[in-house]
Amino acid sequence: MNPLWLSHSTATSSIGCGLDQTLTALRVRRPGLVPCAFDTVDLATHIGEVAGVDAVQLPAHLADYDCRNNRLALLGLMQDGFSEAVRAAIGKYGAQRIGLFLGTSTSGILQTELAYRRRDPVIGALPADFIYGTTHNTFSVADFTRHYFGLTGPAVVVSSACSSSAKVFASARRMMAAGLIDAAVVGGVDSLCLTTLYGFNSLGLVSEQACRPFDTQRNGISIGEAAAFVLLEHTPEHLDADAVLLLGIGESSDAYHMSSPHPEGLGARMAMLDALKMAGLQASDIDYINLHGTATQSNDAVEGKAVHSVFGSSTPCSSTKGATGHTLGAAGGVEAVICALILQHGLLPAGLNTRQLDATLDIDYILVNREQQVARVLSNSFGFGGTNCSLVFGRTGKP
Amino acid sequence: MTLTAYIEGIGLLGPGLTDWPSSRAALSGQQAYQSHKTVLPPPVLLPAAERRRSGTIVKLTLATGLEAIAAAGLNAADLPSVFSSSGGDGENCHAICEMLASDDRLISPTRFHNSVHNTASGYWCIATGAMTTASVLCAFDASFAAGLLEALTQVVVDNTRSVLLACDTAYPEPLHSARPIPDAFGIALVLAPQRSARSLAQITVDLSDASADRLDDAALEGLRKAIPAARGLPLLCSIARRQNRQVVLDYLDSSTLAVAIALC
Repeated sequence: MNPLWLSHSTATSSIGCGLDQTLTALRVRRPGLVPCAFDTVDLATHIGEVAGVDAVQLPAHLADYDCRNNRLALLGLMQDGFSEAVRAAIGKYGAQRIGLFLGTSTSGILQTELAYRRRDPVIGALPADFIYGTTHNTFSVADFTRHYFGLTGPAVVVSSACSSSAKVFASARRMMAAGLIDAAVVGGVDSLCLTTLYGFNSLGLVSEQACRPFDTQRNGISIGEAAAFVLLEHTPEHLDADAVLLLGIGESSDAYHMSSPHPEGLGARMAMLDALKMAGLQASDIDYINLHGTATQSNDAVEGKAVHSVFGSSTPCSSTKGATGHTLGAAGGVEAVICALILQHGLLPAGLNTRQLDATLDIDYILVNREQQVARVLSNSFGFGGTNCSLVFGRTGKP
Repeated sequence: MTLTAYIEGIGLLGPGLTDWPSSRAALSGQQAYQSHKTVLPPPVLLPAAERRRSGTIVKLTLATGLEAIAAAGLNAADLPSVFSSSGGDGENCHAICEMLASDDRLISPTRFHNSVHNTASGYWCIATGAMTTASVLCAFDASFAAGLLEALTQVVVDNTRSVLLACDTAYPEPLHSARPIPDAFGIALVLAPQRSARSLAQITVDLSDASADRLDDAALEGLRKAIPAARGLPLLCSIARRQNRQVVLDYLDSSTLAVAIALC
C-alpha cells in the first residue's frame, strides 16, 4: 500500500485526556483502573472510567445527540488541537472530500438502558425525551462528529466489536485509494454501559482485579472507555523525521466461535502476516508489538502462540490494557495512537499489573519501560465473532 | 471519481419477497406486489449449537447471502464480505435492555453474543468457513449505500470479489415506536471487478447530490422508506425491468449515490 500519514492524532482514556497525559501515564506507569462505581452496577470489578465525561456539554444545535458516548467523543475531539486540525483539513480539501470512519461497539446504548428504567408503568412506552437515532444507534457517534465539523463526505461506523477502530483504518485506506476522498478522520469511541459490563460478566470474562495481561494468574478483562482520533492524509513528499505513517493492514476472520478465539490463533496469525505483507516488511523489521492482550486466559494464550509463530520470542511486546482497561470498540484507535507516541518518543511501555509472566507463552513481554528508538511497530486488535485486524506503523526517519 | 463493478449474484428476502427470482415480477411491475410477513428459512448451514442461538439477523443474513453466492456459482469461504445493518438484532437488544432495567441483570451469554453488531458476520464466517476480511458497518438510514461503497472499494482497490449483505430487523415495542422498522429485510449482492459469464449487470457508482429515486409502486415505495436495507430496491427494480439506466439511491443527508446500470 501507499503509506498514509497520521498527520494529527489524539487519545482520551482513563489514563488521561490527550497525548501529553497519556504519554506521561505510560512513562510513570500510572494505571487508570479503579474499583467499579459506575451507575448502579453491582459487579465486583475494576473499570477504566474517563473523568469529566458527565460534565461535557454538546453544542445546543446538536442537543439531540446528547449521550455518554457522544460526550466522550467531544471530550476527545477537544484535545491536542484535533478539532482545529480537522477544520484546517476541511479548508484544504473541502468538507465533501474528507471521509469519516469511526469504530464503536455499543455507541450510546446506555441511553436506552436508562430509558428502560423510566418506561410508562401502564403502557410500557419509553419516555418522550428518548431519541433512538441520535443516541443509541450505532452510527450516532459518526453522525454527531460529521455534524459537529460539517463534514459532508462518506461517513460510516465500523462495529466489529473489539477490532472496530483498527478496521476503520482499512476502510479509510480503501476509500482513499479509490479516490473518493483525499483525507479521513478515523478513530474509535466506546463508553461504559451496563450491556458490556453485565455481558462480559455473563461469560465469566470480567476480572475482579485490575486486569493482568499475560500473567499466570490472569482471570479476565477490565472494561474501559475511550475516544481516539487520527487524521489520515496521503504522504506528502517532505515530512519530519518523527512523522508517523500507516504502512500495512491485515484483516481476517476466525470462522470458529462467537466468543472464543481460534485455538491455534490462525486468524490472528493471518492478520499479522497480511499486515507485514502489505507493508512489504519481514517479521524481523518490527521493533515492538502492542498486543491485544485482554487478560482473559484464552485470548492471551492464543495471541501468545500466534505472535510466537510469526515473530519468535525476541520482539518486545506488551499490552497497554493493564493501564487503560479494554476499551472495546475504541481499543484499536487508542492503541494506534499509543503506537504513534511510541514511535515518536522512543518509549516502549511496560505491561502493568502483571506480576508473574505466563511462562508457557514464549514471547518477550516487557515488564519494565524501555527507552529506545523504534522504527516500526505492529498493533493487534481481535474481537468477538472472530474478527482480527493488525496494523503496522512506522516513523519516516528510521534510527 | 466513479467505482465500477459487476453484479454476479443477488439475494433478496423481505415482506412479500421470498427470493430474487420469484420477486422479479413484482419488482418489475409485471405483477402486483403483495406484502406479507417475512418468512425466514432456518439456518441449516450452522452447527446445531449456533443454529439454536441464532436470531433473526443471522437467519436473514445467511438466507440472502447464500442465495446471492449460489447464483454467482461461487464458494462463500473465498469471499471478502461487507455486513451493513442499521441496527443489528432488535429482539435481542430489547430483551437485554429489559433485563438490565429489572432486579435480575444477569443476562445470558447467548444474549450477549447476539448483542454485538457483528453477530451476523461472526455466524456467517462460522457457517461458511470464510476466514476472509469482513467489514461490519452501520450508517443508520444510510446503511445500504454505505455498505455498497465499502464493498465497491474492496472490489476496485483490492481487485477482489466481495459480497455485500445489507440486512435490517424490527425492534419490538417499546423500541419499535422509537425506531419503527416494520419487518426483516435483506439484500445481498456479489460484486466482481471483472465481467464474467455470470455477470448480470455492470454498475458504475458515484457520489451525487441528485434526489434519491422513488418507486412507482406505493407499497414498494413504503418498504423502501421504512427499512434502510430496502433503500437499495431501486437498483434491484431496474435490473428486474431489464433497464439500462441510472438510479439514485438514498445515502447521507449530504449526498446520494448515483448508480449507472448496464445490463450484461
